[in-house]
Amino acid sequence: MKVVEGLKYTKDHEWVKVDGSKAIIGITDYAQDALGDIVFVDLPQPGSVVNAGDAPAVVESVKAASDIYSPVSGTIIEVNTELENSPELINEDPYQNWIMIVEMKDPGELDALMDAAEYEEFCKEEA
Amino acid sequence: MKRTPLYEKHISLGARMTDFSGWMMPLQYSGILQEHEAVRTAAGLFDVSHMGQILVEGEAAGEFVQRLITNDISKIKDFQVLYSPMCYPDGGTVDDVLIYKLDVDRYMIVANAANTQKDLEWIEHHREGNVVVRNVSEDYALLALQGPMAQDILQKLVDFPLEQLRFFRFAKGVNIAGATGLISRTGYTGEDGFEIYAPPQTAVRLWDRIMEVGAEYRLAPAGLGARDTLRFEAALPLYGHELSEDVSPLEAGLDRFVRLDKGDFIGREALFKQSREGIQRRLVGLEIVDRGIARHGCQVKADDRPIGQVTSGSFSPTLKKNLALALVESRFAEENTYVDVVVRNKLLKAKVIKTPFYVKRYKK
Repeated sequence: MKVVEGLKYTKDHEWVKVDGSKAIIGITDYAQDALGDIVFVDLPQPGSVVNAGDAPAVVESVKAASDIYSPVSGTIIEVNTELENSPELINEDPYQNWIMIVEMKDPGELDALMDAAEYEEFCKEEA
Repeated sequence: MKRTPLYEKHISLGARMTDFSGWMMPLQYSGILQEHEAVRTAAGLFDVSHMGQILVEGEAAGEFVQRLITNDISKIKDFQVLYSPMCYPDGGTVDDVLIYKLDVDRYMIVANAANTQKDLEWIEHHREGNVVVRNVSEDYALLALQGPMAQDILQKLVDFPLEQLRFFRFAKGVNIAGATGLISRTGYTGEDGFEIYAPPQTAVRLWDRIMEVGAEYRLAPAGLGARDTLRFEAALPLYGHELSEDVSPLEAGLDRFVRLDKGDFIGREALFKQSREGIQRRLVGLEIVDRGIARHGCQVKADDRPIGQVTSGSFSPTLKKNLALALVESRFAEENTYVDVVVRNKLLKAKVIKTPFYVKRYKK
């Protein structure tokens, strides 16, 4: 299972890449493997406002639907529309194929997230 | 948690295991989409040893089975298999089963794993005349070899000319990879294929031999995930979804397996009444027109009111569309009717389409 250095991680297996005031959000390798073949991604409307802990997106595998939470509050400024026609990109490279970008209201919320080493440890405990 | 004789094999193959009504079963090996594709284009091997087998024997066995089921057992000969719902007096469904006619007074009923105990009790409760009912599930491992290459693969392991085994027929006492088993041309995938009943202690060897000779045909181990998407595309009912104690076989569109004219059977009166007065709900196929996947339990609406529920819904790997089976008020069951499906509080437009979604290519 792959974990990338320099990203922040949630207990729900999302990763966050911080770019100034922007949070780029996707799901981890652990998450895509647990989900299995992804066949549909339900993306939020750009412009919509989210609170930390909301689930603006949904990723669906053959078997089940899975909520994607935003670990930060703010405004969704961009979504990865490529996933609409090629949801399997998340299986192929979960760290390259991000889901949404949030313009953060309070970057302090990032402090609650794990770094790569902590996340790796967390996954071991989950398994 | 119960395990089949192939449990260790699945673990060694790296299968992702899942709890299926008390059984630890393989959900997937390489991935559901790949396994699904293997069965449609080559072949897949499934462990379905969790299915239950109930032996009904005795002088009155035929008559007794006839009373239990909605289909007509008198229409089949020895070495034939019959599919049939089994109903409650109110027309709801106890289970849907396969019945193997081993002999004039011996029948093997193959039940859904989740229903085996319930079926046994139901059958025992209604037992009458000179009949013995036995749970023989532990006597069998059950493998399903399914797909267009299934015959070529299995033929390498048996002397019996499989070409002569027609759809829903079986051969017993067949020597296969050193074991003696029963082979039927049956399945739950919408493809040609076989189901092999063999003693549990021979299961691992049988699995290995089939995988070995199947390698050159691109045979893949396949799990319950692919089994579900395959049966879904073929619109084969799954108990607990399309059928239940609250759903009659007529509502589920299984009319041709309900023989109201065959004489009395449990549920006949209720089913006859449904048939005469008009069936209120019907199982339909839906294509989800908007973006999204409808799942089991999603509400179906039309004219701003609820008209039914989705019984199964999935991305269809073969047709590359999001499809569903739904039980809806009969007036919305016409092909090309538009309805809405409620998915996460959103209304998705859906169109009633013909079932099966994928048309069987089984051997006649």
